[in-house]
This record gives sequence, C-alpha cells and structure tokens, in this order.
Amino acid sequence: MAGRSHSLRRYLFTRIALAIPMLLILLTLVFLLMRVAPGDPISAALGGRLPQAELDRRRAEAGYDQPLIQQYLEYLGDVATFDFGTTIVDNRAVTDVIVQNGAATLELTLAAMVIAMVTGLTIGALSGRFRDTSIDVGGRLFGIVIYAAPVFYLGFLAQLVFGKWLGWLPTSGRASPVVTFELETKTNLFLVDAAITGNGEAFVDVLEHLVMPATVLGLVIGGVFIRLVRVNLIQTLKGDYVEAARARGVTERNVVMRHAFKNALVPVVTVVGLQFALLLSGAVLTEQTFNWPGIGSELVRYLDNRDYIAVQGIITFAGLVVVFVSLLIDVVNAWIDPRVRF
Amino acid sequence: MTSAAEPALSVRDLRVWYGTPGAPVRAVDGVSFDIAAGETLGLVGESGCGKSTLGRSIMGLLPEGAAADGDIRYGGRNVVGLTERDLRAIRGADVGMIFQEPMTRLDPLMTIEDHFAETLKTHEPGLSKAERRRRSLDALGGMGIPPTRFGQYPHEFSGGMRQRIMIALALVLRPRVVIADEPTTALDVLVEAQILTILTDLRRNYDTALLLITHNLGIVAEACDRVAVMYAGEIVEDGPAEQVFRAPAHPYTRELLASIISLRTQALRAIPGAPPDLRDPPSGCRFHPRCPDAMRVCPAMSPAPVWVETGSTVRCWLHGPAELIPPGGTEPLERRRPEVADEA
Amino acid sequence: MSMPALEPASPGTTPARQRGLRRVVSAFRDAHGVSKAVVWVGAAITAAFILLAIFAPVIAPYDFDTYRTADGVRFEKQEAPSAQHPFGTNVMQTDVLSRVIFGSRTAIEVVALALVVSLAIGLPLGLLSGYHGGPLDRGLVLVMDALIAFPSLLFAIVIAFLLSDTFGRGVVTAALAISIVYIPQYFRVVRNHVISVREEPFVEAARAIGAPPRTVIRRYVFQNVVQNVPVIATLNAADAILTLAALGFLGYGIQPTQAAEWGYDIKRAISDAGAGIWWTGLYPGLAIVLLVTGLTLLGEGLNDVLNPVIRRRKTEPVRFPPRPGNEGTP
Repeated sequence: MAGRSHSLRRYLFTRIALAIPMLLILLTLVFLLMRVAPGDPISAALGGRLPQAELDRRRAEAGYDQPLIQQYLEYLGDVATFDFGTTIVDNRAVTDVIVQNGAATLELTLAAMVIAMVTGLTIGALSGRFRDTSIDVGGRLFGIVIYAAPVFYLGFLAQLVFGKWLGWLPTSGRASPVVTFELETKTNLFLVDAAITGNGEAFVDVLEHLVMPATVLGLVIGGVFIRLVRVNLIQTLKGDYVEAARARGVTERNVVMRHAFKNALVPVVTVVGLQFALLLSGAVLTEQTFNWPGIGSELVRYLDNRDYIAVQGIITFAGLVVVFVSLLIDVVNAWIDPRVRF
Repeated sequence: MTSAAEPALSVRDLRVWYGTPGAPVRAVDGVSFDIAAGETLGLVGESGCGKSTLGRSIMGLLPEGAAADGDIRYGGRNVVGLTERDLRAIRGADVGMIFQEPMTRLDPLMTIEDHFAETLKTHEPGLSKAERRRRSLDALGGMGIPPTRFGQYPHEFSGGMRQRIMIALALVLRPRVVIADEPTTALDVLVEAQILTILTDLRRNYDTALLLITHNLGIVAEACDRVAVMYAGEIVEDGPAEQVFRAPAHPYTRELLASIISLRTQALRAIPGAPPDLRDPPSGCRFHPRCPDAMRVCPAMSPAPVWVETGSTVRCWLHGPAELIPPGGTEPLERRRPEVADEA
Repeated sequence: MSMPALEPASPGTTPARQRGLRRVVSAFRDAHGVSKAVVWVGAAITAAFILLAIFAPVIAPYDFDTYRTADGVRFEKQEAPSAQHPFGTNVMQTDVLSRVIFGSRTAIEVVALALVVSLAIGLPLGLLSGYHGGPLDRGLVLVMDALIAFPSLLFAIVIAFLLSDTFGRGVVTAALAISIVYIPQYFRVVRNHVISVREEPFVEAARAIGAPPRTVIRRYVFQNVVQNVPVIATLNAADAILTLAALGFLGYGIQPTQAAEWGYDIKRAISDAGAGIWWTGLYPGLAIVLLVTGLTLLGEGLNDVLNPVIRRRKTEPVRFPPRPGNEGTP
C-alpha cells in the first residue's frame, strides 16, 4: 500500500521537527539547573584538594569563567557532537560512562520490560475481561500492592529469601568476579557477549545475576501496566464497534481479543515506551539495591562527589533518551493506528 | 402487505425491563406486532419511549441489568431465553442490525476487508478466501462501494459511506430480518436520502423484513409500508402507513403529526407535558395525562387493542370497545393543566 | 428520565447544577458495591496512618532516635524482636517500631506539604492557562511537557540536592523537591479538563449572557474541574510517598537526625539481609506498602465511583409479575 508508507514517512518528518524545540527546552533546563548551585563545578568537586592555581587553570580550561551565554552555546554545540565532557573526579569521558554503564542498565531494563509486559498484559487483560469477578479483584489487588512495594523493598525481601535463606541466587553485581574478568565484551551486554563467544558458563552466571533484579523491577512496572491495560480494555469493551461486532454474532473471545484488546493496547504502547525511556535513563533504585553497575549508580556516585560535569552529562543523556524514545513511540503509534497519520 | 404466509418476524407480548435500585424501568411493556417478508415496519416515538431497547431485544442485545420476557419469533423459534451461544449463531445470519452512528461502529484498526472476513468466517467457516471476497464485494457493490476501497480503513470513509458499509455488513449473510435503529439520524439530509433509497430497495431485492426505528415521521412516510407508534413502552397504534398518516386513530399519533413543522406551518404545536417516568408509568392508558381527549375511564383501565376499519389496530378508549367502559366513563376527564414545572 | 447504561456520558463534565464536591457524594451513593468497599478500606487505612502520624509521640514506645533506656543502658544493636522491642532494633541501636511510627509522621508531613504546594501552583496555572490560551498557554505547555518527560526520580534527586545546599536536609526540602515534580502533572490534567469544559454549551451560554471571565472560571469551570482533583491528588500522594522513600533510600532525603524516614531505614537494612537480619527492613517496608496501598485504593475507588465512563450503577435482578389476565384491567 503505497499510501500507507508515504504518509508514515511524512509523519516521521513532522514529528522530528516538533521534537527539536522540546529537546532545546530540555537542554536549557538542564543547563540552568546545573548552574543554580553557587560556584563552579570544578571548585565544588575538587575544592580543597588541589592548589588554587591548579583549580583556576582547570576552570579556565573547562570554560567556566566565560559569560553564561557562551557557556550555553558551547554546551549545545558539545551535545550536538555527543561530547558530554570528561568527569572531574576520575577523568573518564562521560561518553564512556554512558556506553559501558549504559549497556548494563539496558540489559537490566530490557529483561525487566519483558517481565513487566508479560505480567501486566495478561493480568490486566484478564482483569478487564472478567470485570468485578474474583479474578478481577485479585488481579487489581496484586497490581496495587506490587506497585506500592518500593523496588528496593522487594529487592530486600528477595535477597533475604532467595539469597540468604534459600541460597538459590546471587544478590549483587552483574556477574561473579571471575566471569567479569574473563568475559570478552563486544556489545557490553553480557548476556549477548556470552552467547556470541559461546561461553556457556558465563551465560548461566550472568543470567543468575540478572534474574532477581530484573524480576523485582519487572514486577513493579508490571503492576502499573495491569491497571492501565484493565482500564483501557474496559473502556474499549464499551465501544460502539464492539457492540456492532456482537450484533454480527462474533464470538465473545474474538470480540475481546481482536477488537477490544487491540484497540486498548494503543494507548498502552505509549506508556510502555515512556517507561522504557525512564528506566533506561537510570533504574537507580534497582541498581543501588543489587550493586548493578548501571548508569543510575554512576549518577549517584558522581552526585555524591559533587562532580557536576558528569552529572550534567548523564542527565543530558537521560533527557535525550526520553525525547528519542517519545519520537519512536509516536512512530510506532502511527504504524499501528492508521488514524494517527492524518 | 399482510399475507397468509407466516410473518418473517413475530413479537408477542414482549416486556423488557431494566433492574434499578427501586422500581424497575419498564422500557418495553407488553408489545406485539408482526412483520411479513419484504415488508417494512416503521417504529416511531419520542426519545426514551423504548424503541431502541425494543430493537436491540430482537437480537437479544440487552445491556447489563435488563431482562426480557415474552415471545420473539423468527426462523421458527422463540429467541427470548436463548443462551448467548445460540443467540450468537443467530445474530448476523438470521437477523441483522444497522446502528445509528456509523462513525464509531467500525473497528478503527481493521480494514473493511477484515470486517467482512470476520463476519463470514464466524458464520460460514467453510468458505474459501476467494468466495468470501466475492460475497463481500458483492454486498459492497450493491451499496455503491467500489472494490478498490476494499482494503481501506474506516476513517478513510465519510459518514454516509460508512453507513453503507454497515448496511452491506448487515446484509452479507442475507438475514431475513433487519433492524435499523435510527440509521439516518446522524447523517445529513442528502446522505439520508441515499440511505433511505437503499433501505427501501431492500424489500424489493432481498425480500427482507425491515424494522425501521426512528423518531422522524417523514422517513416513515417515505420508506415504510406500515407504521407502529410507540408511547411509554407500549404500541398505541399500528397500521398501514398511508392510513395512519391520513387518518390517525390515536390522539398521540394525531398530536405527533400535528407537531411536524412543514412549509405550511403557521403556529408551533407541541404536546404539553413530558413523557412519563417508566419506573412508575401513569395508571390505565399511559397517555392520559397529556391527552386532549382524555375521558374518565382512561386513567382507570388500560385500553384493549381494537381493530379500526382503516386497517389499523389502536389502543384507545375513544374507539371502544364500548361494552367494557363503565357508565360515566366517557365523560371528559377533569384534571389540572400541566404546569411549566412538569415539563422536562 | 434516563435509561441506565444506554446513554453515553461525556467523561467528567456536568452542568453546574450539581456543584463540585456535592456530586462526589451523590455519585458515591449510586455506586456499585465493590467500588464503595474499596473506598472505605482505602480511607480507613489512610486515616489510620494519619492518626499514627498525629499521635506518634504518644503511641510510640520510644523516640525515633532513642538509643538507650531512661537509665542510660544502651539498646542492643540489631536485636531480634522481643517484648521490649516488638519490631527489634536496628544497626543504629534504635527501636524499629518507634521509627516506623515516627516515619509515618514524616511521610504524612512531607506529602501533605508537597500536595498543598503543587496544588497551590499547578491548579491556578492550569486554570488560567487552559481558559485563556494564547502564547502564555503555549509556552507553559511546552515547559511543563518537557518537565513531565523528564524521569521524575532523577529530577527529584537533583532538585533535592540543589535545595539541600540552601535549605538543609529537612522536611521542607523534601516536600519542595517532591512538589516540583508533581506540579506539571496537576497543571496538565487541570488544563486539559478546563479546555474540554470551556467548549461545553453551558460555558458558552454563560459567556453569552455577559459573565466576566472570572465568574465563568469560578462558577462553572472550577466546580467541574475540582471534581477530578480528589482522585488525582490521592494517587499523586501515593506516588509521592514512594518518591520520598526513594529519596531516603538513596540518601538524598531527610537527614536521619531530623526525623525518621522509612526509605532510609531500608537503605541501612539492605546489608542486614546478607546476615539474615530481617526485622530492620521488613517493618518499614510493610509500612510503605500499607500506606501506599491504602491511598491507591482510596484513589482508585473514588475514580471508579466518579468516572462516569467506567462507573457501574447498581442493578437489581428483574422479576416479571404475571401478566394482567383480561383486557381492560389497570
């Protein structure tokens, strides 16, 4: 259908064009936020640890004595070339931090999202379909309680039960030290790397370390999805086209799955995407609980060290991810829902 | 019109009530009528008189909390009380429905082809894909939708075209009975004329029995063989369209016709008062509080159906039967005029 | 008269006849049994915590930072639950039960303050922006959308961090950080609602008879919009408790010397899990789960009751009386 892909392309361009002002605002906000703290990042991070002359030199080098506008423009320019700066405290290129630790977060996030979608979609659909029955009450209660449990609390309980008392799973890190040392990292996604290099032992080890954090995080997010899917399904089941389908004798199962559920998923896609973006930019709590070396952990570490350059870089990256993923979501939406393109 | 053969749709003493806290809402309260094959019966009445409920109940499409009682026969058996499973087999195949708002009646994520495929696969699973396609295009062609648009999505069609697609969907399985619930109310006048032409052609081309539900008397005059006038859950008059329009037997029908605005209208005429609360309808004849010709017997007893020479059946004490009216019952009814506060 | 369940209702807008919160009450009475039960349970749990918060000094056996008895004997470190310490003690030698009770005081204080602040800013901004439109509206929407897009926890962390340099690490800082995160949400919801109400015929009618914008907003728009606020506020409060706990867990929350905070306690408890010490983390966590569940039940229940689109009215089973035997009977 030529018409379909053409309108999709046109939609894509429009969306990209609209994303740019939002991006600019986000970047400006981040920039201003980081300049609210008095003084400059260099002094804040290293003040007292280095002689004043050295501090001054570094400050001039980083450009902190220039007028604000110039700093702003330089900042924008850097972002455009993906130069997020160098951390103050350990002299790493922020881009390296993003790639290495970001991959760890990505692995965790992907696994968690899979679990979240499976639990959320099934329980939510069952709840919506069998509304007000015990299935519904059970599903809703589960969703509410699971969401009410902070991920670090579930993590605590999981570590207690499955780590200490049952001894089934390890409770911290991405992999045991041996594996971490030995594994050839190509993509920085350990599971993928273990698979490509045919390292079965490493694969199992990494998987064992991934199970608890991913499940804990996945369940909590799944709790959110349950509510969402349920409400949307109930709403679509009241739709006019659903009644019309019933009037044509379509079986209840088809009515629910093919008409109501599919239509109910449309708004859910947006939320799933947004959650994904949120998680990518730092599943901080899970990472802290399980000592997962992700980007959220790094953010906390740099924040504690007052390394504002690193913090700025990471937060900028987070913002970029969110904008990019929103764009992606809109495109996916346009792809599944033909009405959106017009 | 009325033939000696068995009617395609036969309804006897149908009651459809909604359960609410307090008294149930008696949306349809003892309705009987027949529709012969190839005949179009118009069902008219004000909003809230129960006509939509009646239409839906014929295919058992009752909303939550509603229950039906009585006889609805087509295809040889009573539909009231059938299981959902049996009803599903009937819907679409033996009885079809055309709804009011075409804009929202098609699944926005499915193409027209998908809609037809679903309906055909549900009822005739043995058909090949080619055969399904042929049947669908046939039905659409009859409605003036070209085959090139078969794969398009609903939002790419105008309101009128969507209604035509809905009609084609309702007819693709050749049901013997079709219910059209206000099919043109949401459409503009020009499109309305097109749809009406299609509906009137139904009796010629498909021999379908059509129940046309509407509040628009003009449509009835144009498209219907017979008309049934509904008030407060009951049918008060039922006869050949031409006769009912020319010589309405029931005061309500008379008032309805008088309130139609045409080029000849000199003064606006509305029926005073408001339709009754169906949880607690007036005693006896339900129209008596608003009837200009009410008699003493009217609030006392519910009128029996009486056959009038014009060929209509009417429920009104004005037409008797005289032997059932107690002495003094024909005196005009004394009552206070409906106050402004009584109006809706 | 209306046919239950047949009339499609426009979600959430009603003519000014049923003013603001009064409609909440009448909708409540009509509602389905399950939804009502949910609201009561949620309200009960929330009320219990509020009482706990208010009467903390009276109910709790010790203060939140007491580490020894009146005679000066220090508590055991990480002692298992016992008669003196029903929830045990933690690594700081303080009583877990007392910390849980005082923790509810902290939570309620912070969240209530944050709620007031975000409503005080978000609600009027949304009202004005939605009603007047124009460049002000467009600008605000752009900014608020960008803020909402930002991961809320990261945002809260950064704000808390920045504010702590100036205001210290107390209840106020935490409350402000949290409120800033939620202002855009209130803004957006209120604004969208105002826009849909603005187009309703009864508002147009009010304008047509010459009512000034202030009156229109106050009488018609505000009353309508306010009906949505209880649900959103409750659900946001639930979220705020989680955000507060998260801040505490990461160490950006309230200074442990200033008040007890559940998230912080769990942070200290994580290392206990490896040693099999369960009481230091279990009870604070349970408190969080209970309070958030209570608030969520309250919010969701209210939503079920108030939202006409998914609301379900009570139905009674229909019983048909036998038909009148003869013609002409009443």
